[in-house]
This record gives sequence, structure tokens and C-alpha cells, in this order.
Amino acid sequence: MFMFTMLKQRNGSFMEIPKSFLGYKRENGRAGTRNHVIILPVDDISNACAEAVANNIKGTIALPHSYGRLQFGADLELHFRTMIGTGCNPNVAAVIVIGIEPKWTKKIVDGIAKTGKPVEGFHIERTGDIGTTMKASKKAQEFVMWASEKQREECPMSDLWISVKCGESDTTSGLAANPTVGNLMDKLEPLGVHLCFGETSELTGAEQVCATRGATKEASEKFMKTWSSYNDFILKEATDDLSESQPTAGNIAGGLTTIEEKAFGNFQKIGNCKFIDVLEPAEEPTKGKGLYFMDTSSAAAECVTLQAAAGFNIHLFPTGQGNIVGNPIEPVVKLTANPLTVKGMGEHIDCDVSKILSREMNLSQAGDELIKTTLRVANGRLTCAEALGHREFVMTKLYRSA
Amino acid sequence: MATDIIIHDKKDNVGVVVIEKITPKQDCACWIMEDDSSTNIQSLDEIPLGHKIAMVDLNEGDTILKYGHDIGKVVKSIKKGEHVHVHNVKTKKW
Repeated sequence: MFMFTMLKQRNGSFMEIPKSFLGYKRENGRAGTRNHVIILPVDDISNACAEAVANNIKGTIALPHSYGRLQFGADLELHFRTMIGTGCNPNVAAVIVIGIEPKWTKKIVDGIAKTGKPVEGFHIERTGDIGTTMKASKKAQEFVMWASEKQREECPMSDLWISVKCGESDTTSGLAANPTVGNLMDKLEPLGVHLCFGETSELTGAEQVCATRGATKEASEKFMKTWSSYNDFILKEATDDLSESQPTAGNIAGGLTTIEEKAFGNFQKIGNCKFIDVLEPAEEPTKGKGLYFMDTSSAAAECVTLQAAAGFNIHLFPTGQGNIVGNPIEPVVKLTANPLTVKGMGEHIDCDVSKILSREMNLSQAGDELIKTTLRVANGRLTCAEALGHREFVMTKLYRSA
Repeated sequence: MATDIIIHDKKDNVGVVVIEKITPKQDCACWIMEDDSSTNIQSLDEIPLGHKIAMVDLNEGDTILKYGHDIGKVVKSIKKGEHVHVHNVKTKKW
């Protein structure tokens, strides 16, 4: 009988973990896994112009969205933070900003300009869509041709900022796909990567256990404060039994019975890591390498959009029943352990870890597979979601506009 | 050996079906992840992939343990080997 031995590395991995990837070095010292030139509308009514520019100039992408008018207070701050953060993300080489009026347009341009990357703003009032489209298209052409000459260079693993979020979860998520992400975190955290998990609402039931994973007393307390404020809001607004919404119909079909069960499954994504700080939605981490918790919605596109705006440059998305979300600037790597999902909708799955359930693969081997897939994507391989055109860019709105 | 059911933690009173489905009266092989041990159970219901089976008899008001943690309460008594889901278990949160 043929026998072989897999040599286990010191970190529990069965393979030597690469020390670098090929990324695009940016003016501010960050590195991107992508080289996008984006056309960013400040507000809903500038979408048409932004999309016209992206249609004119090949290789650019417009990021249409639904908001940006009459917002105020914390909601407006979040709007600006998301807009500016998206432009600042190292996966973006250059930015065209288009708004209806000059003031808010300039505010976003100035925020992005701090990174040192090329950015230019245009406003539509007094010029109209057609004139603005022409002016912005000329600049967009210049930017995209400039960006197209950028080359990938060797970057240390610590230039990876990895965000995670799960969706359409079922019990296979908690059994295998989420722990696979946790295994990757345990192996990559020592290499100095930034990591981020969120989903405030979907930690309900596991919140006390999650709080104990704060690296400091401050981090734990900040987490409980964030979760409690969310829970108070739910209790105030709830008019019916939340069992109708959490778990979702898809979760229930997949065997998840309660929010607590879903939360403990969700929580497997962080492995044995401890979080060093709690971030506001779309807030850039400033305490250095390590794991962060971000206060986010648990809706996939909203969450990934916020994490991308905080500067995360590659996303890992474990799914059970098959969530198909993508993001225009941050590649979303999907993994699943559900063999029926692999069989029925394999075109959405970048990494198949279903062999964990049949025990033909252990968790550490699955973690290694996910590291390999993540690095291929970081080096430029398109994700399933990118190839299929998933560009869900969804702003989070906190409350009604003025 | 093929595994039909995976149990996260020794303390858990439910397991998860990891084959396409189990049928009534099927003798199922269970694997407990926490300590890599094995056990067996005979099912009473047909239970699909990803759904839970009761590893012990459970009475109304009992707590369901999975991952070693409280994930909800029994609202209708459940026999060992029966399907555990929204028809007999509810959240304690809302």
C-alpha cells in the first residue's frame, strides 16, 4: 500500500504559507489586489452621468447607489466616510467623483486626495449631464490609460487586509465553512495581516461569548456597548416576532433553527483570534495589524461595502445555501461546505470545502486550501463573483433624511 | 468509516446530518468533533442534510445545546432520534 506523510508546519498548517503576494503599490504605502479606476457618484441623481462616463471610457467602473441627498448628522457622516473610504481603498488606482453640486463633491475629492492617488471632481449644476459627461470622460480616459501601465509587484502578506462575512448560512457554515475561515485567520494573523468581522445583529445569542474575545477590557466593553445599542434599537422597532426575519427562510431551509444557533456558527469565522478594537461602520482601523470588529448590518452587500470603505482589499465569504454577492472594488472569495450548493451552483464557489463533512479533509487542510485560493485571487485571478459581474455597492443608511 | 451525523461538542444534545438525508430507523454513525470520538444513534424521522437530530429525549422547557452553548428552548417534547427544528424549538431571544 502506498503511504505518504504530510509534514505539519509549526503553525499547524500542512504547507509552507507564502510570505508575499503580487499587488499594486499605492502612493500612501498600502497595496491593492485590484487596479480599478472608479467613477463615483456623490448622490443618486448623479448616477446617470457616472454611468455615461463609465460607458464611454472602457476599463472604468461606475458605482451607482441610492443616497446622498438631504442626509444629516451621523447618517451624513457615514455617507461621506463610505464615499471617501471607497475612493481611498488601495484596490482603486484613480477616482472620478461626480456630484450635483460642488461643495459635497469637493469634500469627497479632498478626502480621497489625501492618499496621493489621482482624483478629480465634477459637478453637474450649470453644465448639465452631457457637458459634465464630456469633461469627466476626458479625465477618466487619462486616468485609465495611466493606471493600465501599473504593474503588480511583490508585497508582504501584511499588506493583505482581509474582511469576512457569511451569508445564506446553514448548519454546514457553522460546521465547516466558517471554521475554515477561522483556521485561515489563526494561520495568517501572525504574519501581520489586518482582519475584520462584523454583523452586529447576527451575533445575537453569542454576544456574551464574543465579548470575552476582546483583546483588552476596553475592546470587550466597546463591543458590548455596540451590540446593546443595536439590540435596544431592535426591541424599540420590533412590532412582530423577529423569528420571521432571523433566521431567514433560507437559513431555516438549511437547518438553522434559532438566531443563537446562527450566531454561534457565525462566530466560528474568527478562529481563536481576539479583536483589538471595535470600528464604526466604514471606519478605517488605526491600531495596526490584527483582528477588528466592525459594527455592520448583516445584509451581505451592505456589510462588504462598509468593510471595503474601511480599506479592506480582499473578502472571504463562507456560504451554506449559496449567497452570490460581489463587490465592485473588493474581490469576494466564496467558499462552501454544502455539497448540494457545490453541485447546484458551482459557478459561484471559489473554494469547495465540502469534503470536511465526509471527513475526507480536515479543518487545517481546508484552511490551507482557502489560503491558496485567497492568494491566487490576491495575485489577480478573478473571483466567481467578478467573472459573473456581481458589483453590489450598497450604502448603509441609518435613518430618514431631513 | 462514513459519518452520517456530526456533533460539535461533547455536551451537545443535538447532532447535524451531513449526508443527503437519513431515513427512519436508520442506524447512523456519529462523530464528535471536540474529542474525535464516535457514537451511534437510530433515527426516528427522515432528516435532510444540515438538519438536526435529538441525541437524547428532550422535554418542553429543556435547553438545546450546540457548540456547547444554549441555542434555544424546547417547545414540544422531542424523542431521541427525532428531527429538531422550528416545529419543536424556539429562540430564547425574541
